[in-house]
Amino acid sequence: MQSMAPWRFARCGQRFDDFGNGMTTESQIEKTFREEHGRVLAALISLLGDFELAEDALQDALVNALERWRIDGVPRNPGAWLTTVAKRRLIDRLRRSKFEDSDSVIPNSLAQEEPEMDDTLPDDRLKLMFTCCHPALALEAQVALTLHTLGGLSTPEVARAFLVAEPTMAQRLARARRKIRDAGIPYRVPPADLLPERLEALLAVLYLIFNEGYVATSDISLIRSELCDEAIRLCRILVDLLPQSAEAHGLLALMLLHDSRRDARLTSRGELILLEEQDRTLWDTGKIRQGIATLDEAIALHDPGPYQVQAAISALHAEAPNAAATDWTQIALLYDTLAKVTPSMVVEVNRAVAIAMANDLQKGLQMLLHLENDAVNFYPYHAARADLLRRTNQREAAADAYQRALDLCSNPIERDYLQRRLDEMINQT
Amino acid sequence: MKYMLLLYANESAVPTTPEEQQAVAPPVWYALMEEMKAAEVLLSNTGLSPIANATTVRVRESKTLITDGPFAETHEQLGGFFLLECRDLDEALRWAEKIPHAKYGSVEVRPLWSEV
Repeated sequence: MQSMAPWRFARCGQRFDDFGNGMTTESQIEKTFREEHGRVLAALISLLGDFELAEDALQDALVNALERWRIDGVPRNPGAWLTTVAKRRLIDRLRRSKFEDSDSVIPNSLAQEEPEMDDTLPDDRLKLMFTCCHPALALEAQVALTLHTLGGLSTPEVARAFLVAEPTMAQRLARARRKIRDAGIPYRVPPADLLPERLEALLAVLYLIFNEGYVATSDISLIRSELCDEAIRLCRILVDLLPQSAEAHGLLALMLLHDSRRDARLTSRGELILLEEQDRTLWDTGKIRQGIATLDEAIALHDPGPYQVQAAISALHAEAPNAAATDWTQIALLYDTLAKVTPSMVVEVNRAVAIAMANDLQKGLQMLLHLENDAVNFYPYHAARADLLRRTNQREAAADAYQRALDLCSNPIERDYLQRRLDEMINQT
Repeated sequence: MKYMLLLYANESAVPTTPEEQQAVAPPVWYALMEEMKAAEVLLSNTGLSPIANATTVRVRESKTLITDGPFAETHEQLGGFFLLECRDLDEALRWAEKIPHAKYGSVEVRPLWSEV
């Protein structure tokens, strides 16, 4: 046992990127925890066949790691370190409880010889992703569980991100975990016949996490932008694990391209800046490059889908040197495609705007008019109409439409933008 | 694991569309049961007679209360069940979507208490 001291790596001097002063910073440990959490937990669940047991064991190991790593530095292979310690802690616990409860048995997978601390940890994160995003769980539970288990966000962090009280979130997570066990939700990558629909659900959860962080709110807290980062990180893992999925690539490309405009979307006072008026020098060219490269990889897989189309639209915006140079004709064609694959009001409104911007403001306005009956309570419709009316200099009609959009919109940052436009229209009439 | 598949539908809504009528036709049920038997998942199943025949019993303060009808008026009524032995929830869900009720009513999938 002694010779198996988990911190032996550190003793051998094989430290992982410390700062040369022998001390490891808290932030470095935290970063490692986040990165390793999903992988270690996924491996432990495979081993133990139980979500709760695995989470408790990992929790023990993290507490232990925090103490050790502060002194000894982060080991060369932190994932294997955590897994081994978690297993050992679990054996200790089970042995202790054996005296009190003769029924408890040490699972076979643990009872074997003390495992060697090897460097190759099987990557079961894909199983974990599909289990967390199983449609038998409520969508909000899927999102929370994914962030908690794979993202390594603590319960309070997940609670804060979704503006939910901590006990509520703790309960939501506990209930989901219990259902996975009690209802027999399988821990596996779905078989080929189920894979397409389950993958769609999984991608939807990742996109939801991203949008939760991306949507402009008055509360531009750090945790919000962290959600974008986390969604991108998880999608990268997914792309690595499912390299043949074109839509996983498509979603990653889409998120990278959207995220490239993060710094240009709001003024320093938190006011919304529309794409057309953004300072393009603030766009993150690294993310744009990555996004476009990822989209190219997606397209090379020859399996088109809605995320790829949306990413292609976003890429056309990203590639335009200025707003006037945007290739609206291509964008309008892509919205045509999108309207066929995933018809929705948002797509219809955007398609009309693209056609208006491409060459024909009047045609775009007419297309919007056709949607009116179904879109009467949909503020983006009124906002889009107002915008086109403004461009055709119909100020009074534009003012009316801005007012209707304002009446329907509850997002403070977007309201603020609509109000500014409305004031412009009124003051210049 | 053992799963109870509870079949719900609105009794008073007679299937009208060709798709619905086809879904409830006896050969569909026979074929499904044969398929379940062949897959060795079927433990038992039965259909219930309409709620018009239901009687509800409650005992309160040692007093027995007998009333006509089901325990609660709901939009969809319990019409039968399948008890299946499945590997996991996914397998049970697969069977559930094959049951005619899924097309015009709903099928609730519940693991048995003994499995929990």
